[in-house]
Amino acid sequence: MSFRLDQGGRLIDRNAPLGFTFDTEPMQGLSGDTLASALLANGQTLVNRSYKYHRPRGIVASGAEEPNALVGLGQGARFEPDQRATTTELFNGLTAMSQNAWPSLGFDMLAVNQWVSSMMPAGFYYKTFIWPRPFWKRVYEPLIREAAASGLPPKEPDADTYEHFYAHVDVLVVGGGIAGLQAALTAGRSGARVLLIEQTPHWGGRAPVDGVEIGGQPADAWIAASLSELRGMDNVTLRARCMGAGVYDHGFALGYERVSDHTPGDGRPRHRLWKIRAGHIVTATGAIERPLSFAGNDVPGVMLASAVRDYVVNYDVAPGRRTVVVTNNDDAYRTALALIDAGLEVPLVVDPRERNDGPLARECARRGVQVETGAAVMKVKGRQRVEGVMLCRANGTGGAGALLDCDCVAMSGGWSPVVHLWSHCGGKLQWSEENAHFYPDASRAPTGADGEPFVSTAGAASGFLRSGDVLTDAASKGAAAAGAEAGEDPPAATDLEEVPMQPVWVMPAQALPELQSKMFLDFQNDVKVSDVRLAAQEGYESVELAKRYTTLGMANDQGKLSNINGLAILAKTRNESIPQVGTTTFRPPYQPISFGSIAGEARGETFQPLRRTPMYDWHEEQGAYMEPVGQWRRPYCYPKQGESHADAVSREVMATRGSVGLLDASTLGKIVVKGPDAGRFLDMLYTNKMSSLKPGRCRYGLMCNENGFLMDDGVVARLDEDTFLCHTTSGGADHVHGWMEDWLQCEWWDWKVYTANLTEQYGQIAVVGPNARAVLEKLGGLDVSKEALPFMGWVEGELAGFPVRVYRISFSGELSFEIAVPAGQARALWDKVLEAGREVGITPYGTEALHVMRAEKGFIMIGDETDGTVIPQDLGLDWAISKKKDDYLGKRAQERSHMSRPDRWKLVGIETLDGSVLPDGAYAVGEGVNANGQRVTVGRVTSTYRSPMLDRGIAMGLVERGSERMGEVLKLATTDGRMIEAKIVEPVFYDPEGEKQDV
Amino acid sequence: MLTLKCPYCGILCDETELAAGGEAHVKRAGPGSSDEAFEAYLFDRENPMGVHFERWRHAHGCGKWFLAARDTVTMEVFGTYKAQTTEPPEEIVAAIRARRPEWEGRA
Repeated sequence: MSFRLDQGGRLIDRNAPLGFTFDTEPMQGLSGDTLASALLANGQTLVNRSYKYHRPRGIVASGAEEPNALVGLGQGARFEPDQRATTTELFNGLTAMSQNAWPSLGFDMLAVNQWVSSMMPAGFYYKTFIWPRPFWKRVYEPLIREAAASGLPPKEPDADTYEHFYAHVDVLVVGGGIAGLQAALTAGRSGARVLLIEQTPHWGGRAPVDGVEIGGQPADAWIAASLSELRGMDNVTLRARCMGAGVYDHGFALGYERVSDHTPGDGRPRHRLWKIRAGHIVTATGAIERPLSFAGNDVPGVMLASAVRDYVVNYDVAPGRRTVVVTNNDDAYRTALALIDAGLEVPLVVDPRERNDGPLARECARRGVQVETGAAVMKVKGRQRVEGVMLCRANGTGGAGALLDCDCVAMSGGWSPVVHLWSHCGGKLQWSEENAHFYPDASRAPTGADGEPFVSTAGAASGFLRSGDVLTDAASKGAAAAGAEAGEDPPAATDLEEVPMQPVWVMPAQALPELQSKMFLDFQNDVKVSDVRLAAQEGYESVELAKRYTTLGMANDQGKLSNINGLAILAKTRNESIPQVGTTTFRPPYQPISFGSIAGEARGETFQPLRRTPMYDWHEEQGAYMEPVGQWRRPYCYPKQGESHADAVSREVMATRGSVGLLDASTLGKIVVKGPDAGRFLDMLYTNKMSSLKPGRCRYGLMCNENGFLMDDGVVARLDEDTFLCHTTSGGADHVHGWMEDWLQCEWWDWKVYTANLTEQYGQIAVVGPNARAVLEKLGGLDVSKEALPFMGWVEGELAGFPVRVYRISFSGELSFEIAVPAGQARALWDKVLEAGREVGITPYGTEALHVMRAEKGFIMIGDETDGTVIPQDLGLDWAISKKKDDYLGKRAQERSHMSRPDRWKLVGIETLDGSVLPDGAYAVGEGVNANGQRVTVGRVTSTYRSPMLDRGIAMGLVERGSERMGEVLKLATTDGRMIEAKIVEPVFYDPEGEKQDV
Repeated sequence: MLTLKCPYCGILCDETELAAGGEAHVKRAGPGSSDEAFEAYLFDRENPMGVHFERWRHAHGCGKWFLAARDTVTMEVFGTYKAQTTEPPEEIVAAIRARRPEWEGRA
C-alpha cells in the first residue's frame, strides 16, 4: 500500500491541503502534488483497467511517459477524457474518474478477458471477426468498440478559451532540466534572443532527485542561481508548463503551454499554442527509463525505479513499504538509497549482471541493502497489487523460483534519450552498444532552408547519461546554437560513478513461453512479448508492420516506454541486430495536445472573418433569416411574423413577379480589368468574345479552367475603350481575381493589363419586376426608358442625388435594374428605394427567391449545375462560346474526345408527373447494373424548387443525351427506396420567349 | 512550415502567407497541340525527390506570384525569383550546382 511519509518532499507544501475526488471518493492531497502523487498518497495504487484484457493497472511512471494512469478530468463543460494523472497538477476541487472499467475499477466484468488472453493473441480481431462478413459492421465492431472504449467524449461545448501566440527567436531551448538551463545560459550570455520552455511546472529536471552536485553544491542551488541569471537577461524568455510539441521545417516549432489547467475557470485561457520560428533549436528533452520484461510486470505496484525515486523525493510519497529493486544498470541503485533514506525497506536489489562492485552497489551494501547479482525476477505475485516476487537465475528459463514478499517493485531496463523532437523533422539516429539505446546522430541532423542543421540536442537527449557530460555538452550546444564562441567552461557536475549496464530484453533470458505471455511491453495497448514474437513468425517482420499488427506503441503514449523493448524482441526473433530492425517513425505531437489549443481563438463568431454588406444591419433589423455564402452572410428570406420560410420565399417571388422586388446584390464580385490589352485578355479568359463589346453595353460570359470545366460566370460591362467591369459569382470573386493575376503575372506578363477587385467598394441594389422602372423614375435624375437604357445596357449618372451606375441585367427574367453605388452610400440609397417603392408594394427578397426565379427561367447556378466536371456545352451554353476565336482558356480541353462524346449528361428541365418537388441530388436510374453491381444511373437533379408561379415542383438536371430525349419519362430514386416518375422538358419553365425582361 | 523570400516585396514569408501553385516553367499547350502534348501540359509533372521548381503566390502579402527552387526532400531553398521568365535564372542554377553538384538539370 502506498502512503504519504512524514517529512520532506521537494515540491509539496504540507500546509496547503487540497481536496479532490477519484471515482466520487473524496481524497486529500497537498499543494504541489500531481494527481498521481496524490492518488498514491491516498493508497490508490489501482487506477485503470487495460484496453484489451481489462487487467488491473497502476501508476508506472512520474511524467509524460505514463501509459496507465489516464483519467477523465473535470465535469460538464470542463470534462476531458484521457488525461494523464502524472502530468496533471492537483488543485482544490479536482474531480477524476477512472476509465475503461465496468461496473467498477475494483470489480471489472470484462477482466474475464485476461483469463482467455491466450485466445486473444496479436491479430486476434483480424482473424476472428472476419466471417460472416455482414457481422463486422452491425455486431463485431460495435461490441469491440464498447469493450475497448477508453475515455468518453465530453458532451457539452468546451467552457474554456484558448489562444495562439507567435514567437521569433534566435534559439529555442526545449526542456528546463540542467542541460536546458545550461544551454540557455550559454546562448543567452552571447546576446542571442532565447526562449526556454519546460513541460512541467518545475525547473531543473531530474538532477536534484538524483543527488547530483554542481560546482560542489546540491543541484537545487545551481538551478536557482541559473534561473535567477536567466530571468535577469532581457533577451531570454522562460516558460514553464510549456511543452515542445513538435519541430517542423525551417525552424518552426510548436509549444503547448498549459496556462490554467491547474487553476480552471480563473479567466485565463486554458492552453496557449506557441508558434515559434527559431534560428536554431536545442532539444534538451532528457531521457526516459525503460521497463523490464518479466512476467507480471504490469501488476499495480510495479513501477519505474526513477518514478519510485521521484515520488519519494519530490512528493514524500512511498509507493510501498517494502520495495524490491530490479535493474540492469547502476542508476536504479539510487532508488534503493532514496528509499532507505526515507526509512523504507529494500529487502533486495536484483541485478542480472554477473557482478557489480561499483560505488553505487558498494554504497547500498554499506547501507545494509542486499544485492543479488546474476539474478532475475521470474514473475510478480499478486493480482490487484504486488504481493511478492519470484526470483530465479538471470540466464535460466524461470522454471522454479524463490518467493520474496514485497508490495512494490522498482524496475529499470536502462535509459533511452527522448529523441522525438530531433526525429520529427528528419534527424537520424544511431545505436549505442554501451547504453543499449538509440541516440541522435549529430552528423545527420535536420536541415533548414540554408541546408545547414537547425536542431541539436543537449545533455541526456544527446545520449549523455552522466551529469558531468550533460553540462559540458549543453554548454557547447548552447554556444553553437547562438553562433557564439564557447564561453567559460560550465561548473563540474558530479554524481557517483556507474559501472556499465547490460541489455536485458527478456527476464529471465531463456524464459518459457508461459512467462513470455505475461510480459507486457505496451501497457496501454496490452501488447506482450509473445505477441511481437507471433507477429514476426506470421511474417509481419518489418517494424512498421509489426507495430500495426500488434498495436505496439500505437496508444496515446506512442510507445514512450515500449518502443525499444519491442524492437529488441523483434530483432531477436528475426536474428538481427536492433539497428538493423530500425525504429518506427516519430511524429508530432510529443504528447497529445488539446483540439482547443489547435483551434485557438477561431471558434464561434471568430471562426472566420464575417463579411457584411452595407445593408447588413437593415437585414438583421427586419429579422431576415441569414445564410452563409462564402464568408458573406446573405438574407435567405425575410419571414414575417408567424410565416414559414417556404411561405416567405413564395410571397417574395410572387410580389417580385407581380410588382417589384428588391435584392441586396452587393456580394456580387466586381473586378475592374483595365489597359490597352484588356479586351484581348478577356477574350482569353471568357469563352465568348469580350473585345467586341461596345462601351455602354453588357455581355454574359463563361469562364473555364484549362481542363475545360466551367468555373465561374457573370456579366461583363465595358466601361470605356480600355476598361471592363467583370461581375463574378458571390463566392468566386477572390478566386477569379487570383486566376486573372496568375495568367497576367506568369504567362502573359508582357500584356498591358491591370486588375483590381472592387467587390467591397460598391453596394449593389437590384430593383426587379414589372414596376421596377416606375420606382427608378420616382427616385429621379436618370433617364431609364427603354430607349435610353435598353436591356443589356448600362448608364452612369445620379439617381436621387446618388452617384450610380445602373445595369439593365436580369437574373430573374423580369425587367431589372442593378444599381451600383459607392459602398458608403449604399444603405442610404437602399432606404430611398424602399421609400420610393412603397406605393407599389416593393418587397425585399432573399437568395432563395433569387434561386427560384432563376430556376424558373432555366438560368444555371455555378455550384448547382456545375461541380468541376461540367463543361459549358453540357449546359446547352454553346451560344456563349465563340467559334471564331483561335484560343481561350479551356478551348483545347473541350476538344478532347471525352468532352465531345455524344452520350454526355446534358442539362434539361425535369417535371414530376404528380407535380411534387424532387429531392435535391436525386439520381435517375437506367436499366441493368454497372461493373460494381450497382444500378446504372443516367442522370441527376442539380436544382429543384417549388415554383410559386406554376404552383408545382420544377427541377433542372443533367441527363445522358438529355437534350435529345424531350418528353421521355425518367425514374428518379429517393434515399428511402421509392421511385419518382418525371418527364424531361425544356429547362425554361417561365416566359420562354424572354419578353418580360426586355421591356 | 516553409519560409520563402518574396522577390517582389523582399520579406521572408511564412508558409501561411503563401499559396502553392504547383510546378513552375510548365509550357502551355493550347488549341492545335497534339493530344500527347496537351496531356503532358495538363497532367505530367516532374515530382522529383530533390531539386524542384515551384510556383508560389504571396497571397496574404503583396499578391504576386513568384518561383522557388527547392529540394523536396531536405527542404533546402536554393533561391526564389520573379515569375516573368521561362527558365530559371543563371544565378539560381549556379546556386543549385554549388549545393548539388550531381544535379543533372531540369528534365
